[in-house]
Amino acid sequence: MLSAHTLTTANKPQPFSLADWWSRNQRKVIPYIFLAPFLLSFVIFTVYPAGVSLFLSFQRTRGFQQAEEGGGVVLEYKGWANYERLLTKDKRFRAAMINGAEFWLGTLLVQMPLALAVALALNSPNIRFRILGRLAFFAPYITSAVVVGWIFRFVYDQNFGWMNSALAQLGIEGPAWIRDANLVMPSLIILGLWTWVGFNSLFFLAGLQNVPDDLKEAARIDGATTIRVFWHITIPFLRPVFVFVVVTGGIGSFSLFSQPYLLLDFPNTGPFDSGLFPLMYLYDMGFLNIRMGYASAIGYILTVVILIITGMQLLLFRLWKV
Amino acid sequence: MFKRKRQSEMGGSRVSVMTMNTIVLVGVLLCAVPFVYMISASFRREGDLYKLPVTVYPREWTMHNFHTLFEKTEYVRWYGNTIFTASIRTVLGVYLAALAGAAFAKYDFRFKRFFFFLVLATLTLPFHMLLIPLFLLMRDFGWVDNYLAIIVPGMVNVFNIFLMRQYIESVPDELMDAARIDGASEIGMFHRIILPLVRPALGVVGILTFVWTWNDFLWPLVVLHDDAKYLLSNGIATMDGPYEVETGAIMAGSFLATLPIIIVFLLMQRQIIAGLTQGAIRG
Repeated sequence: MLSAHTLTTANKPQPFSLADWWSRNQRKVIPYIFLAPFLLSFVIFTVYPAGVSLFLSFQRTRGFQQAEEGGGVVLEYKGWANYERLLTKDKRFRAAMINGAEFWLGTLLVQMPLALAVALALNSPNIRFRILGRLAFFAPYITSAVVVGWIFRFVYDQNFGWMNSALAQLGIEGPAWIRDANLVMPSLIILGLWTWVGFNSLFFLAGLQNVPDDLKEAARIDGATTIRVFWHITIPFLRPVFVFVVVTGGIGSFSLFSQPYLLLDFPNTGPFDSGLFPLMYLYDMGFLNIRMGYASAIGYILTVVILIITGMQLLLFRLWKV
Repeated sequence: MFKRKRQSEMGGSRVSVMTMNTIVLVGVLLCAVPFVYMISASFRREGDLYKLPVTVYPREWTMHNFHTLFEKTEYVRWYGNTIFTASIRTVLGVYLAALAGAAFAKYDFRFKRFFFFLVLATLTLPFHMLLIPLFLLMRDFGWVDNYLAIIVPGMVNVFNIFLMRQYIESVPDELMDAARIDGASEIGMFHRIILPLVRPALGVVGILTFVWTWNDFLWPLVVLHDDAKYLLSNGIATMDGPYEVETGAIMAGSFLATLPIIIVFLLMQRQIIAGLTQGAIRG
């Protein structure tokens, strides 16, 4: 009786029920629902602005102030004029790009070896203050860049700063640091070392702990010296970390903002723009000079530079084969 | 992850142990110096700070700077604003990242690879490049001087999605299939199986998001113009301007703004470092 009843109802065409459909198909639909916030945000806050920015970068914009009071922005199509000017004529932009490159170079030449040394020290046996060390080396990284900029502005003070007081102890008369065109970049690089050496050393440390001990042991039994073991086994194992530090360092250098902003008291950018960085210039052009088209072009050139740096990652991996 | 190793570089001779200890100790001291300056300056009067010879400790300890901070500036308000926006962004950010992470880790669907490519592509593009058009968009939305501008655009963070995907992959499929047989809904499983199982990961992603939001400067600078609405970073950055406060007060403000971040790090350092270094060492 019961079975006959079920049979007849099953054969009858059922009215469409959303609840039924949902319980049968939810597994197929749910990933799209889970991804919806990401996709929406991607379209609204990345794709759309990127399009607007591209459009603006070919325009000369005026009348932004009136726009805030309800008026429109006056746009004038200028073709590649903004890009041409940036790449050939604009000396400030060139200074900013060169500064970014210099900061990156400083990062590579000084920061990487120091970070590796710190990591080796933290990784060696019988080391004391391991936990204190990790805290101290990591604290600068999580400290607000604004705070770091302020502290260093005072520390670099020519007469009362701790930098020059320390130098005076050694019998050296300290320079004017952030007021000297030749020393602004070294000052920033020192600030950068303080902020990032410890942070990068943690990546090297994580990498070092991936080096198999038995491989090193075997090499040592075969008579390899400590230095040879380090050079031929440890360093190749650290390859991904080197590449990571080079690439993130490059991206960070070209988009440095808060630290020089505070250190040099923006809109001051150091004597002869010695402390001007591309992102600062973009901000200056877009929000202080209100030339949004021009600033958008800066944004696009910067994006291309950063994409090239990211692309280097692949190139570095191909060139440096183990 | 940071376990001691029996054998390591440079062997274990007494000289090298001393060298290594010296490197670490000197490093620790150098890292500490700027913090010592900040704390020391917070408790000094201006005259003490600009008097030779320069001293490490205040000649006379004073709370004067903290009074200035609370009475002459909107500091307390900025602090509240920052806690408010950072908390909302953290909770929403973690939840949305976990949703997307679960989709990538536990489901098969059309365009999965393409969508994941979008995540990776956004990961390499710095958000700051879109500063101008994003500001214009906020203006069109009427979100200038509104915390929606702080909370919404950066809410779905691709780095967090990437991390959550890695963590959620460790949730066993069998557990989810068993729940399905018992009639659990997919949304129910997300809340009752996936989220509880990846709770440590939620903590890591949450703390990273909180710290980033707490320290962010450029975006709040662009979208918040009313100084009562400022977050700590903008507030501290402009303290020498309209408020004409002195070095000591700026350092006192910096000190109080840094304190919670350092405390959180102290409590969770192992998890934070593991979370940050995860992606990089694989290469």
